[in-house]
Amino acid sequence: MNIVDLEHEFMKRIKADQKIEPKDWMPEKYRQTLIRQIAQHAHSEIVGMLPEANYISRAPTLRRKAALLAKIQDEAGHGLYLYCAAETLGVDRDTLLDELHSGKAKYSSIFNYPTLTWADMGAIGWLVDGAAILNQVPLCKCSFGPYARAMVRVCKEESFHQRQGYEILLTLCNGSEEQKKMAQDAVNRWWWPSMMMFGPSDENSKHSAYSMETGIKKFSNDELRQRFVDQTKPQADILGVTLPDKDLKFDESSGHWKYGEIDWEEFNNVIQGNGPCNKIRLKHRREAWEKGAWVRDAASAYAAKKALKNSESKQVA
Amino acid sequence: MVGRMSTSSENSKLNYILHLADNSLILGQRLGEWCGHGPVLEQDIALTNIALDLIGQARYFYQYAALTDNRGKSEDHYPYFRGEREFKNFLLLEQPNMDWAYTMARQFYYDSYCFVMYTEMLKSKDEQLVSIASKAIKEVSYHLKYSSEWVIRMGDGTEESHEKVQNAVNDLWEYCGEFFETTQYESEMIEQGIAVDASKLKEKWLRSVGEIFNEATLIMPEGKWFQTGGKEGVHTENLGYILTDLQYIQKTMPGLSW
Ligand SMILES: [Fe+2]
Ligand SMILES: [Fe+2]
Repeated sequence: MNIVDLEHEFMKRIKADQKIEPKDWMPEKYRQTLIRQIAQHAHSEIVGMLPEANYISRAPTLRRKAALLAKIQDEAGHGLYLYCAAETLGVDRDTLLDELHSGKAKYSSIFNYPTLTWADMGAIGWLVDGAAILNQVPLCKCSFGPYARAMVRVCKEESFHQRQGYEILLTLCNGSEEQKKMAQDAVNRWWWPSMMMFGPSDENSKHSAYSMETGIKKFSNDELRQRFVDQTKPQADILGVTLPDKDLKFDESSGHWKYGEIDWEEFNNVIQGNGPCNKIRLKHRREAWEKGAWVRDAASAYAAKKALKNSESKQVA
Repeated sequence: MVGRMSTSSENSKLNYILHLADNSLILGQRLGEWCGHGPVLEQDIALTNIALDLIGQARYFYQYAALTDNRGKSEDHYPYFRGEREFKNFLLLEQPNMDWAYTMARQFYYDSYCFVMYTEMLKSKDEQLVSIASKAIKEVSYHLKYSSEWVIRMGDGTEESHEKVQNAVNDLWEYCGEFFETTQYESEMIEQGIAVDASKLKEKWLRSVGEIFNEATLIMPEGKWFQTGGKEGVHTENLGYILTDLQYIQKTMPGLSW
């Protein structure tokens, strides 16, 4: 088949909602788009471990400590599934990690904000994992098989994280004045960065059109953002916290909550590396990788020795 | 039912349980520092699993301590509201993570001890301890397998890793003598068939450590002088910093639900 026919076949399968598998022919642009998106997603999971890891040693009860550890461990697992999904497209994990460490690859800019109090563990679970779920649920049906399947596992755990975060905030909101203040302050700081997790508005989203066309993306950034606001507002009311948006009001005609203008200048700056924690997050990732080099070398040297011994003993036998 | 234990005996039992709880907690706390910073994703996950097991064990022991203490305290009272001189964990477990070699050497020495210790605890006359031990022994067997494999991999890996892990096992050796000492609170509990007589475990421990070192091409440290005091609440300078982190929220805002 020539390339035009192959492209035609490919689009036919996409339109029929059939999954594309790693062995199948796919246009180079589709492959590159997926690699970029899955890698970004994987990097976000592992960089995202860092802000919450700040509070493992300081969690206020042993039950909370265990739950936080387990949550962060889940994120590491998500990173792992996603790197594996990216590897099916012919790019290995070490290459992707090099791109993260060099600053070439991006990750979700939400993780460039600092965790300042225990309430941030609640706000991150509720808002950040909550926004992640809305982004990820449609990906369970995306056109690329390995990505879709990884997302099914990830989404189950994310909704658990969201409930756990909400429960942390609920406990604070039912607590002392100081605790309520702490919860409100965390929501104030995490609300807008969470809103930005859906990416640029539709008219400015440069990768969206192709992703929509090829079934990688099912809903636009603004559609998902709207769902997030509609879902979150009633939950905020139950907590008794306000969302820091003076323009937030219910629109009877559309049945949606209208929200205020997002600070796109801040968004662009954080993406370009100017967020409060971009440098420290990357530094920690790089350090972990560099300090781990001799450990990884030891493991592969030992594995090689063992393989050699095994093959020698087979020859003798 | 046997008659009520004497007050001193109750205290001894509480102290013994707290010693066991503190061991699990302090090592779990140390391992938690690795989360997000491991040498490779798979090991990050594996080490967090061990941390989670240890925090879980600590909780069982603290819950049992609360029951034994009988003052209506919660499991969190003991980790969050005691001071440096009241913690009874081994000095080894509060030593800093340093690098993968130190972390695995610390883990390996302790896992090797725990494996023989919990195996003995299954014979205790105290049902609660038997039940905790029977759960812990499964976890500890896995931890020991994991840390042994890493000691072997590093020992028989590259020249660099060999040197690093040899240094780590040498440096941490002086903290292992404490495993086999008997405190006042333990001797009373040993007499009653409740506590494990760890002084009898040294040979077994030495043998199993020696086997792994042999496979790892490591030399068994020969130091004869051992640091002591952790079980009696006399710690290294590390513990104060660990507790500062651990207890900070509860101490700044006490008496609240979290
Ligand atoms: Fe995740
Ligand atoms: Fe999550």
